[in-house]
Amino acid sequence: MTARLAVFIIAIMALVTLPQWMHGVYYVNVASQILFYAVFALGLNVLAGYAGLVSLGHAGLFGISAYATGYMLNLGYSHSVAIATALSIGMVSMAIYAVLSLRATGIGFIMITLALGEIVWGLAYRWISITGGDNGINLHGRPEPFGIALTSPNAFYYAALIVFLIALAVMTVFVRSPLGAALMGTRDQPRRMTALGYHVWLIRFFACMLSGLLTSIAGILFVYYNQFISPQALDLTASAEVLLMVISGGAGTLLGPIVGSTLVVVVKSVVSGYIERWNFLLGAIFVAIVILMPEGLVPGTVRLWRAAFARRRPGPVVEATEKAS
Amino acid sequence: MTFWLLLSVNSITFGALLFLLAAGFSLIFGLMRIPNLTHGSLFMLGAYFGATFVNGMLGAYFDFWLAALMAAALVAVFGAVIERFLLRQLPGQPLAQVLVTLGISFMVADLCLMAWGGDPIAVATPPGLTGFVRIGPMVFPLYRIAVIGIAIVVGVALWLLLDRTRIGAMIRAGVDDPDMARVVGIRVSGLFTMVFALGAALAAFAGIIGGPILTVYPGIDQYMLPLALVVVILGGSGSLLGSVVGSMVIGFLYNFGQALFPELAYFVLFLPMLLVLLLRPQGLFGRFIP
Amino acid sequence: MSRKDTRTRNVTASGKAAASNKLTRRGFMAASAAGAAAAAFNFPTPALAQSAPFKLGLLTVKTGPLAQGGIQMEQGVITWLKAHDYKMAGRKVDFISADTGGKPAGTKTKAQELVERDKVDVILGPLAAFELLAITDYVRDHKIPTLSLAGADDITQRRPNPYFLRPSASSSQAMQPMGHYAATEMGKKKAISIDFDFAFGYEQQGGFQAAFEKDGGCVLNKLWAPLGTPDYTPYLAQMTGCDVICQGFAGSGPIAFMKQYANFGLKFPVVTGETGGDDALLHAFGDEAVGMINCAPYTLDLETDTNKKFAQAMVKNFNTVPGFYAAGLYVNCDIVDAGLKATDGKTDDKEKFMAALKAVKLKDTPRGPISFDHLGNVVGSFYIRRIEKAKNDYGLKLWNKTVKTYDNVSQFWTWPEKEFLSHPVYSRNYPALKKC
Repeated sequence: MTARLAVFIIAIMALVTLPQWMHGVYYVNVASQILFYAVFALGLNVLAGYAGLVSLGHAGLFGISAYATGYMLNLGYSHSVAIATALSIGMVSMAIYAVLSLRATGIGFIMITLALGEIVWGLAYRWISITGGDNGINLHGRPEPFGIALTSPNAFYYAALIVFLIALAVMTVFVRSPLGAALMGTRDQPRRMTALGYHVWLIRFFACMLSGLLTSIAGILFVYYNQFISPQALDLTASAEVLLMVISGGAGTLLGPIVGSTLVVVVKSVVSGYIERWNFLLGAIFVAIVILMPEGLVPGTVRLWRAAFARRRPGPVVEATEKAS
Repeated sequence: MTFWLLLSVNSITFGALLFLLAAGFSLIFGLMRIPNLTHGSLFMLGAYFGATFVNGMLGAYFDFWLAALMAAALVAVFGAVIERFLLRQLPGQPLAQVLVTLGISFMVADLCLMAWGGDPIAVATPPGLTGFVRIGPMVFPLYRIAVIGIAIVVGVALWLLLDRTRIGAMIRAGVDDPDMARVVGIRVSGLFTMVFALGAALAAFAGIIGGPILTVYPGIDQYMLPLALVVVILGGSGSLLGSVVGSMVIGFLYNFGQALFPELAYFVLFLPMLLVLLLRPQGLFGRFIP
Repeated sequence: MSRKDTRTRNVTASGKAAASNKLTRRGFMAASAAGAAAAAFNFPTPALAQSAPFKLGLLTVKTGPLAQGGIQMEQGVITWLKAHDYKMAGRKVDFISADTGGKPAGTKTKAQELVERDKVDVILGPLAAFELLAITDYVRDHKIPTLSLAGADDITQRRPNPYFLRPSASSSQAMQPMGHYAATEMGKKKAISIDFDFAFGYEQQGGFQAAFEKDGGCVLNKLWAPLGTPDYTPYLAQMTGCDVICQGFAGSGPIAFMKQYANFGLKFPVVTGETGGDDALLHAFGDEAVGMINCAPYTLDLETDTNKKFAQAMVKNFNTVPGFYAAGLYVNCDIVDAGLKATDGKTDDKEKFMAALKAVKLKDTPRGPISFDHLGNVVGSFYIRRIEKAKNDYGLKLWNKTVKTYDNVSQFWTWPEKEFLSHPVYSRNYPALKKC
């Protein structure tokens, strides 16, 4: 317990002081990207990991809130109105997604969410009068919560960090809550849960809403970070990419999505500067993960760690394997 | 008048091409329950291999049909390798299957870019099929009519395979109930590899058949994959008839959607998929509910 | 981390030059020797140069559907650097090339990498208009001179960016003389246009329509295909009742379009712009492209020593002829070099450096003489070419033969600037279709 706490405190300290020890604004910006993609991946993990419902259309939701923010700002509304509207639209869209896709599980769920994601992408891409099509929407400025302008990379980093930590805290509480336990129950034993009197559909619906909230927040951070949104941010590849973050890190764990988003963002933005064939590398990493650590990087590492130190004591990152089973 | 006629005939051509692409996808999905996200890559790989043989990039010019068979065979081997060494390890794990098939599609896309560069490559139309056909008031490329014929031949061959042979019976049994098939002693393992290789070969064959019409360029994999998915979901996985009907529906929706409602072109393409998933999850002619 | 980091990066940048050679088609084996030479040149030589190296950043696309043009862009820059011993205005050049993947978010990240980590003095690129739109505010805020061949007319028109220079052509710039030529010399009256459904397409076709109609033509219909569409039949079915077709596709589009157009037995003459008739696509076109007229700011057949030297160097280095993208980037380097000479190699005063770049006038580049207007857009020659069977030049089967040259073409064509800018930017619906 104390070892785990120590690791946690060190990690938080490292994150809080990152702009001081990380040399160069560029890396601070990369860190910001990792943070909002981590929020996105945490959101998808609620479904893909804890509910056993794999969504291949989450970039559509992410894009809806990003577009809504950009659209509202360009209509001249204030940041708070734009953010509130974007969150509401994001949640309503998630509710629609949920009502439609929760009719199925397994591959059926994947396919319905994929269809929904493609429909949203198709609208963003072709409904040019609203979305600007391929040209996307540009926006200007970032919000100033409590009078603190988020224009500088460091300020934005801290804002993203706060959002990220809140999201992580919410997730930690959620997976330990009765609702979280019930959700994992619906993943592993849906029939038994029904027999026990749980309303499986409703539990899954709540999970969808939580997932949608985190996804929408990530979308808003994304559009404020880039100051730009275009259909490429919500195509099938984008949906697949965030799913890959979740799976590669370890679905159904708290740390997995964070590790996965770090991996993908670092390969895409940093490693691609050194290795021309970074797409190949990314693909190869995914295949290698499936072969070597099919359960994902975090649980896989924990497994190896335990195998190595089995005789002595359980490793300090045990909390990573939060699987109920 | 010409407009409607032309688009209708072309819808059938495009549908025929989609059928070639999607028939294998449907079998793989139906039998093995694997969302094979490399299917677009297999199509692209087939097209690139075919273009290499036909256009004489290796120094020797091959006959179009020979090239098509060679490309299909090469990709079939590739498919068999993927199945044997990767997907085999992951039965019933959709997450890992998604991860590995997407990973391979990333790798294939980058390898194609490395090997063939970014330039678009036009595949020469096979000699003898370069002319036009006159249908009423319009002219229509002969090759596109030929594509319809090719799809019919392949379709009939697949039907014979599935309906008239022992292997076909095993595949059908596997689609209907994989566990039961295993219980009654069908060697599912070899069957899976064979079906995956067959699906890969069909996708590659579709790639080179489509080559003279669509040309080959990086990104065509990502363009074709969702279309194949829609066809399979619409028609129902594991069903040959479903693939035929699904391909035709999508062929028509694609052509008329682009021409008549350009702003909603993708909406009309994916809406039927959504409706089918909601109202008839097994697809129009599907044998099982995914 | 950062200092050491930059060192390794220089090496990597040159190593990348070598790697990129390998991925050009056919150049698979041939170019590796040239690549090794590039690596040798670009290897940092500490203590030799007196001033710090000049840092030249390139945003390009080397993966995904836009890679064809993007790879040519990098080849154009490398060809320039090799021809000038990796020196600009006497300063050693560190060349850092970044792959955006052709996605706006990637472009933003890579722009940050170049500016914040590598501290480049100048950005060349990006390729596509939507990429440029994603970073235009960013480069202005960071005062980084950016020389791009991306479209997006308004960045040098109604919403000018003072740190942006376009030495290639605005999206509509080549199409305006094309429209004039189609209406006058070709004597065409009724056109149907088809293009990709995004800003570059709208602006190209807007320019064509405005100029074509100014000289008595009329555009019957404007068709828009989604970017990357593989089958053009839904649009071909709508091409009747006209006497000329104007297409503005890019990348694989022109190849597939011309093939399908011919397959459907359509015979109207086709006209196009710089991307649709790009010299770099000549080897991929079939005979169906013979007779296509196009207008471009660069032409391979420009009979000057400078151009011949450039084209031969491209063939030698990469086993490919240069097209619009490679030539555009080569000219960009010419301009940066000239601007740097004007400030005696100094870049610390960004405004002064930018002003020097904008004031550059060159008489002899591979595309001919160029200068800039006060908004940072090029004024230069535009060439009307017809695709013909080649006389076996550079091993090509087809050849763009220049049939007319328009000199000193500005982005405003023949309209006075004020009048031109009083209209909205060319869009999907502007200019509106008239009754013909």
